[in-house]
Amino acid sequence: MFAACADPKAIEGLTWLTCYLTSGKHLDFYWSFLTVLLLLAITAPTALAMGFAGATAARSRFLPLSLLGKGYAAIVRGVPDIVFFLFFVIALDQGIEYLKSLAVCDDPVWPWQGLEFRVCQEAKVPLGASAAIWHQAYGFGLAVFTFALVFGAFAANVLYGAMGAVPKAQLETAEAYGMSHAQVFRRILVPQMWVYALPGLSNLWMILIKATPLLFLLGVKDIVYWARELGGSKTQAYEYPHPDWRLWYFLGLLVFYLLFTKVSEVVLARLSARLAQGQATAGGEALRKAAA
Amino acid sequence: MSCWQTVQDYAFRSIGYGENLLPRTDFTLCQQVTLIGSGLIWNVYFGALALAFGFFFAIAVALAKSSRHAVLRKPADWFVFVFRGSPLFIQFFLAYETLQLLPKAGIEVFGITVETAWTTRAWAGALFVLFLNTSAYAAEIFHGALKSIPRGDLEAAEAYGLTGFQKFRRIQWPTMLRLAWPAYTNEAIFLFHATTLVFFSGFPAFRQMGDALYYANYFADKTFNPFVPYPIVAVYFIALTLLLTFVFGLVNRRLNRHLPSNQKSRIRLRPQIIR
Repeated sequence: MFAACADPKAIEGLTWLTCYLTSGKHLDFYWSFLTVLLLLAITAPTALAMGFAGATAARSRFLPLSLLGKGYAAIVRGVPDIVFFLFFVIALDQGIEYLKSLAVCDDPVWPWQGLEFRVCQEAKVPLGASAAIWHQAYGFGLAVFTFALVFGAFAANVLYGAMGAVPKAQLETAEAYGMSHAQVFRRILVPQMWVYALPGLSNLWMILIKATPLLFLLGVKDIVYWARELGGSKTQAYEYPHPDWRLWYFLGLLVFYLLFTKVSEVVLARLSARLAQGQATAGGEALRKAAA
Repeated sequence: MSCWQTVQDYAFRSIGYGENLLPRTDFTLCQQVTLIGSGLIWNVYFGALALAFGFFFAIAVALAKSSRHAVLRKPADWFVFVFRGSPLFIQFFLAYETLQLLPKAGIEVFGITVETAWTTRAWAGALFVLFLNTSAYAAEIFHGALKSIPRGDLEAAEAYGLTGFQKFRRIQWPTMLRLAWPAYTNEAIFLFHATTLVFFSGFPAFRQMGDALYYANYFADKTFNPFVPYPIVAVYFIALTLLLTFVFGLVNRRLNRHLPSNQKSRIRLRPQIIR
């Protein structure tokens, strides 16, 4: 990185550490923090959207749609945690390749033969010959989709409960004023449900943050992967030999997660205070009294 | 080989009895069900012990957390914050790396050598992490329950002349348990689900004697077919969850036995993922 780092064997002390911490692999490590943040940034809104769709479907008066919404939440929530993660990514991957094989292979055959999953070369996603970045992006995409699907089910459950918590009298009043169902939904229900949904959603956000190390299980090179890789002891064969430092790397990760959850907690507390304004809840009442 | 023979060979393999080698070819459904069920013994071991020890420690932490003295309150606050604010996965890795730093030969204390080699094994080290983790989560639940004990109850206790430990034992403790029990039931279920993380966490599986997910992963790797072993794990865990709910439900009924039926707290299943 720096000119002084040209010969790692010759330098010592702080300079050594600076050079060590800015080596190419460490830059990959720092990028992987961004990977985690990117995953959260994409997953959170997607999961919320899926949850909203699920909750709306569950409230629908059209029976199949309502069953679909309720079934989505019930099935995903019923299966234990990482079993779903391990299982679903492979299932999704194989499903995509099977569908693609139907379209591109010369004579598509049922790919699960005996113990192996086989599709023709052209049906591989991404193609065996494509650049490494595509393989990474595909793996990341699968992970995001899995996360969003799982957390969407939880969000659907939270939002469904929140929609039910909006006082019935308000909805009836709106109907008495002649609003259509869609109008009641848009103008009364949705703006008001957030305050009831927020405790559940913030809980979910915390769990989502803490679920990100599982990316490592899904085959994405994330911070856990790099912490293990970089922290392991390095002999003289490497540029920067050092003993087993994994403890320090994991301590760093722990601090990162603690800070992240703490900041989220503070932000969410403010948000809930903001949303409670003017609401017919205990929180809203407290705000009204404080102002008066 | 008949299925019954397989059960005899593998049912207790995860704790060291029966067939030594894992099947390598011709995997049958019977083998998968048996071995994954065998691994479940470890999940139950982790869950049950962590829960049993954690229960008492959690109450101690909850009391410290609601103490008036900062000397007691602050450490409890920090303990709960650290274990609830970070992923269990990271805690496992960190614990494993820390335990590895202990000298292999053991530590000399007053002339006696304390063995340390066993701490890096999953059965001890992972249990320790799970114990601390569940204690932190349960402490938060118990703390919340302590805070929501009706003020009238406490005032009545004081009017009867109960103070200190007497008040705690007769009023606060039973009421706290009663209020916290539905949430604590869910915590117990999450804990059992969280035990699946153990063998992905840095702690090695000793002689291929792993937990349910370890064997499921073994089969999924060998057969390239995740559609059989993982659903088996899921079914086992759903059964375990139902059993837990039933047992905790019995306790809940006893805790609420003095109340009219319209005031009893009901246990509602709220499955949750990853901690």
